[in-house]
Order: sequence, then C-alpha cells, then structure tokens
Amino acid sequence: MTVWWILDIVLLVVVVPVVIYLLAGVLSEARGIVPSVRRIGAAAAAGSADLDAVPLLLTTQDQVIRTIETAANYGGSLDVILDDASEE
Amino acid sequence: MPAAGVVLILTVVAIVLVLVYFLVSTIVALRQITKGLDAAIASVVEIIEKSAPVEEVVGTINQYLDAGVDLLEGLLVKKAGMRDAVGLVDGLYPGAAAAGFRNFPESTEITAPRISEVYTKGTLTLARLGREAPIAAASPSGGAILRNVTGGSLAARSLYPEVRQTRPERLQRSPVIGTDAPVQYEPSDSPGVRRRLPGGTAVLDDPAPATPPPANAPDAQNDPEGEPGADTRPV
Repeated sequence: MTVWWILDIVLLVVVVPVVIYLLAGVLSEARGIVPSVRRIGAAAAAGSADLDAVPLLLTTQDQVIRTIETAANYGGSLDVILDDASEE
Repeated sequence: MPAAGVVLILTVVAIVLVLVYFLVSTIVALRQITKGLDAAIASVVEIIEKSAPVEEVVGTINQYLDAGVDLLEGLLVKKAGMRDAVGLVDGLYPGAAAAGFRNFPESTEITAPRISEVYTKGTLTLARLGREAPIAAASPSGGAILRNVTGGSLAARSLYPEVRQTRPERLQRSPVIGTDAPVQYEPSDSPGVRRRLPGGTAVLDDPAPATPPPANAPDAQNDPEGEPGADTRPV
C-alpha cells in the first residue's frame, strides 16, 4: 500500500508538472509561428503583385530592338556619308 | 478499491485531460500554420511563374544593347579616330575617358584631348591670363598659372587700352545728365554727332541748319538721340 501512495505522490508532484510544462512549451511555440507564417504569406502575395509589370518587359524589349535598329540605320548612313579618320 | 488506487486513477485521468487540451490546441495552431504556408506557397508559385520569362527577355535586351554599344563605339572610332573619339566622349561625359571604350582596351591609355568644350571669350581670356578661371590650370597656352594672389586685381588693367591703364586722370569724365545738370548739352542733329561741346568747340559745322521739329511733335519730345535735359523748344 505504501508503494502505491509513493507512486501517486511521484505522479502528482513530478510527472504532471513536467508534462504540463512540456506541452505548454510546444503550444506556445506553435502559436508563435502562426503570425510569422501569415507575414510570409502577405509578403509573398505582395511580391507576386509586384511582378504584374513583368509583361511590360516585352514592350521594353520591342522598343530596344527598334531603337537599336534605327541607330544601326543611322550608323550605316553615317558610315557612307562621312570619311574615315585619317591614319596618323 | 483502496484509496491509493482511486488517487492513482484520478491522477491518470487528469494527465489525460491535460494532454488532450494541449494537443488539441497544438493541432489547431498547426492547422493555422498549414493554411498560412499554403497561401505563401501559392504566392511563391505565382512569383516563379511570373519571373520565368524575365531572364530571356532581359537577355535579349542586353544583347541588343551590347550590339548598339559595339556599333556606336566602332563607328565613332572609325570616323573620328581613337584619340578624338576619346576626347569627344570625355567632353560629353567628364571622366569617361578613364573608363575607355569597351571594345577598345587601348583607349584607356590615351590622354583625352580637350574638345567639344565651348568657352566664352572672357573665360578664355582669363584662362590665358591664368586668372579667375577654373580652366586656367589647364590653359591651352600651357605653362604655370600667372595667378598673383596679392596684386591680381591690377593685372586686369592689361585687358583695357593703354590710356585707361596709366593716365586715367586725363580722361574726360562722364557727363552729368538731367534737367538740373550743370552743363546742358544741345540735342544732336544726327545720331552719334554732337553739335557743340560744352567748352565751345564746334565739332560739326552744319552746312544747312536743320529745322528742329515742333515742340509738340512726338518725335521731338521723344528723340532718342537727343541729350537728356536738352531744350527741345523751336528756335
């Protein structure tokens, strides 16, 4: 009978507090992750929205190609019109 | 049942209840985390999909821009020569000569000539005198700067005719003008010619005295060539 009482006391004094402490720690950390995950989701959504202008790069590409082609045409004309620099 | 057994059973039941509470709470928190990560993953997937063609597009843009740079550099060097091309670029973008042309590594070794710079006449004069101009340090005439810190202001006299340098007291003073001036000047008949100096010396003998216009004529009142304060009444 005495052994049973000792086991009861150990269970109440040692096991229960340890279990509660550990479970409380796990729950606290799990709840602390939730706001961070929400912020990560918001940042990812904002980053995705920022990339909505990426298709405009195609317009930029077309403009650059046309500009370089125009410059090349002018350069070709100048190459014909102007004499080359004299060799020193 | 002994009392110790009852206490043991109650303790175990309490432990189980505590386990249930904390584990259920943890499960709820983990589900919230899962939902948040799902949303984040969806956004990240969007980012990946949207940024996928960026590399190709930017690569094409860079390719064309590189071709443009090659074209313009080659044309400039071909038409102007390496030395003048470097000078022209350095004149437009000061300091660019140090970087040189991308396709012409030897361009970094060339001293850029000072071209494509426009200075006013006064600036060039000051530069030649070595005074007061920032470009004096690189004066085209070369040599040391003729800056005289203590008597520099007197050197400016050399810019003016000799009579103003050495005999300023012989110069005629500027006339006092106005209706109450001590010397009244007669109006001139022709632009730039004064009929009579205040001392009585005739400067111009007018063969045919001009008939002054009537006083009430607007041209006589507003003759821009007349002396200020002159009597414009008809003779």
